[in-house]
Amino acid sequence: MHAPATAGPLLSHHNKDARPIPSRERESMISRRDFLQAGAAASALLGAGGYGSLGRLAAQQKLSEAELLSFASTGNVTLIHVTDLHSQFMPLYFREPSINLGVGEVKGLVPHVTGNAFLDHYKIAAGSPLAYALTSEDFAALARNYGRMGGFDRIARVIKAIRAERGENRCLLLDGGDTWTNSWTSLQTKAQDVVEAMNLLRPDAMTGHWEFTLGAERVKEITEKLAFPFLAQNMRDTEFEDKVFEPMKMFEKGGVKVAVIGQAYPYTAIANPRWMFPTWAFGLREEEMQKQVNDARAAGAGLVVLLSHNGFDIDRKMASRVSGIDVILTAHTHDALPEVVQVGKTLLVATGSHGKFVSRLDLDVREGAVKGFKYRLIPIFSDAITPDAEMAALVKKHRAPYEAELGKVLAKTDGLLYRRGNFQGSLDDVFTDAMLEVRDAEIALSPGVRWGASLLPGQNITFEDITNASAMTYANCYRTTMKGEQLKAILEDIGDNIFNPDPYYQGGGDMVRVGGMGFTIDPGAASGSRVSSLTHLKTGKPIEAAREYRVAGWASINQNTEGPPIWDVVSQYLTAKKTISPRPLDAVKVVGP
Amino acid sequence: MARKAATTRRETLKATAIGAFALAIAPRLALADAASVDAEIKKLYGDKKPAEGKIKLDVPQIAENGLVVPINVEVESAMSAADHVKTVHVFADGNPLPGIASFTFTPESGKAAASTRMRLAQTQNIICLAEMSDGKLYSAKAQVKVTIGGCGG
Amino acid sequence: MSNKPTPRVRVPATAKKDEVIEIKTLISHEMESGQRKSADGQTIARKIINTFTASFNGKTFFEAKWHPAISANPYQSFFYKASESGEFTFAWKDDDGSTYESKAKLSVG
Repeated sequence: MHAPATAGPLLSHHNKDARPIPSRERESMISRRDFLQAGAAASALLGAGGYGSLGRLAAQQKLSEAELLSFASTGNVTLIHVTDLHSQFMPLYFREPSINLGVGEVKGLVPHVTGNAFLDHYKIAAGSPLAYALTSEDFAALARNYGRMGGFDRIARVIKAIRAERGENRCLLLDGGDTWTNSWTSLQTKAQDVVEAMNLLRPDAMTGHWEFTLGAERVKEITEKLAFPFLAQNMRDTEFEDKVFEPMKMFEKGGVKVAVIGQAYPYTAIANPRWMFPTWAFGLREEEMQKQVNDARAAGAGLVVLLSHNGFDIDRKMASRVSGIDVILTAHTHDALPEVVQVGKTLLVATGSHGKFVSRLDLDVREGAVKGFKYRLIPIFSDAITPDAEMAALVKKHRAPYEAELGKVLAKTDGLLYRRGNFQGSLDDVFTDAMLEVRDAEIALSPGVRWGASLLPGQNITFEDITNASAMTYANCYRTTMKGEQLKAILEDIGDNIFNPDPYYQGGGDMVRVGGMGFTIDPGAASGSRVSSLTHLKTGKPIEAAREYRVAGWASINQNTEGPPIWDVVSQYLTAKKTISPRPLDAVKVVGP
Repeated sequence: MARKAATTRRETLKATAIGAFALAIAPRLALADAASVDAEIKKLYGDKKPAEGKIKLDVPQIAENGLVVPINVEVESAMSAADHVKTVHVFADGNPLPGIASFTFTPESGKAAASTRMRLAQTQNIICLAEMSDGKLYSAKAQVKVTIGGCGG
Repeated sequence: MSNKPTPRVRVPATAKKDEVIEIKTLISHEMESGQRKSADGQTIARKIINTFTASFNGKTFFEAKWHPAISANPYQSFFYKASESGEFTFAWKDDDGSTYESKAKLSVG
């Protein structure tokens, strides 16, 4: 079903000439435990003298822009893919998940391989730049060495370089969506800032998901002015089932007719507030997808590309059931894979999120078929890549009115704060603790979105950091009462959205984050019976089915949800708290085979 | 977050009134089950057993709105005077009543295909039964998940 | 009570002979299922459109029987094999005995 394919050069080796950083500085930057782990792992792989190469300076020397862009080009068509940027203009830290469970037929397959198993799978050296970029192993220590990743100005530089090398007539830049939302400046400008920045990148097409949370009217207003098509074969209006956007666009690149079919997130109307786009329906629409592919081939397409926001597991299943798709550019689930995954004749690309990576796929297309390809997941190491001046200026202009607000320091963290992963992250604890305290609740619920940057031990927590993990158009923090049985039903329902063994029945993000309540989950169990041992943490007592609990939460998909915006709740909490010391994440117990 | 997580009493009531999600987690009403669908089919066709195949039943894997779930059914047939689809019955095994709709076709239909939209109280199976002009029966089944939603991304 | 149900129909005005055309219909109607209870606990009486028929030049070629599970503002799409020019009649029959009608001309050439 899946086999790794050839990749571009991997950054899996250390620079042996690296100078070690002074020990005093090193001690202050890296916790002793991280230090030992990183050192041991690196030494094991590199033999004597391994650790010294982990110095930041060394990292920067090794991570030259030329090396990051090096690519033995092939063929006649180049696809450049960016996705799930979540409007993150600035370089950031983003820890990949340590827990990303696959169930059913995808158990044990990438992207459901994390940490050291991921490093082993792709033969990436521990402590290497790619180990930092692609896994959670020794994240805090490696982050100090290799620095932040992403940034629109760095992405612009990389895209310009690829276009210059290959020629515009061979390149297609495709944006997988989740681009316009989830930063403070995007929220304040109704995405005008990101739209202008993306226009500067000149994508050839895009599709979407969180974009729709700007509301149907705003989305139409933006898309009508775009110089490139917004594609979604799977969207219909709820009256006569008319298509809302163009399903497909045909391009001519490198002498090949390239059909790009768009697939918006099929469960947008379930995972996000439907009232914001009440006359739009989504869905997988597999039959229609096959028809689109057939139509594209009939119209002479030599290459059929699916610009998808399905999520990796859905795309993998769709690739096995819809014939004739050459490439699926995946999105939504934020997976970053250094090699393409092949399903039959279809190549699946996973470009990660938050601007950490740009994908480049060179294809040799002849006689209507892909005869060869080369792929590289280009890591955007911010310190190594020169910012593009034009984009940097645009970003600066859009941030200027908000800089003071964004830079406000709310507190400091002692430990690593992150969100991504199937279950509660340390940053989620900050959100749920804030709700419990500020909203005087017994239980707090926070959405399992996959976006939100990470913070390193010792870092100040700014208002920007909090809004990067919360900026959305329905962020009010409600307070209500729920019976124990309702809480259980919610956990089961959301659990099934993540762990249904059939990817087509999976929707939404990671598991809902919970404060004040612990539980046990068996992802492989049947729908409705995965969750058990619900415990009210404060009292240590089991959650009672019939008792009502005071519950606070945010990101309700109900219209007219009342309460202060979540960033105000978290800001208030952090300002009072001053220092955050993450606790062990042991409230959720994962069991099962 | 969960649709259940309403803020105001007004909103909670409104949400409950629309039904679909409330049924998904509230104590069960008297709902149909597989047996009641079988009973309906028996009323129509006695003990005659349907074969599988011929029917393409297209429903969403997950309903976006339990109150408006699209269904498209298409039956393979020449649609000639001698060989056509007469009727297609649609049932659900988890609603208060098992019946959804019945479509009657003629050779003039050209194609035995029809779409409508239905209410589903909870996650359940949709069962289609097609009666051909020669009296043969075919059936198809698909599950639609009705979820609370939220938390996506 | 609500306004008089208003039908809306999407049907091509022209077709080639033997072309199979798709027809889409909508009608505004609450489709009261008979399952709901009012605030005072009384069951709200069922009132749905129970039958939809599509005819061409007086001959019915498609019929749908609807149960209370059909959504409000019911939608129905179906097909017709064009053979000659003429007129469609679409009719919706309400539980209360009313019938709502819509007509559309088709020219086949």
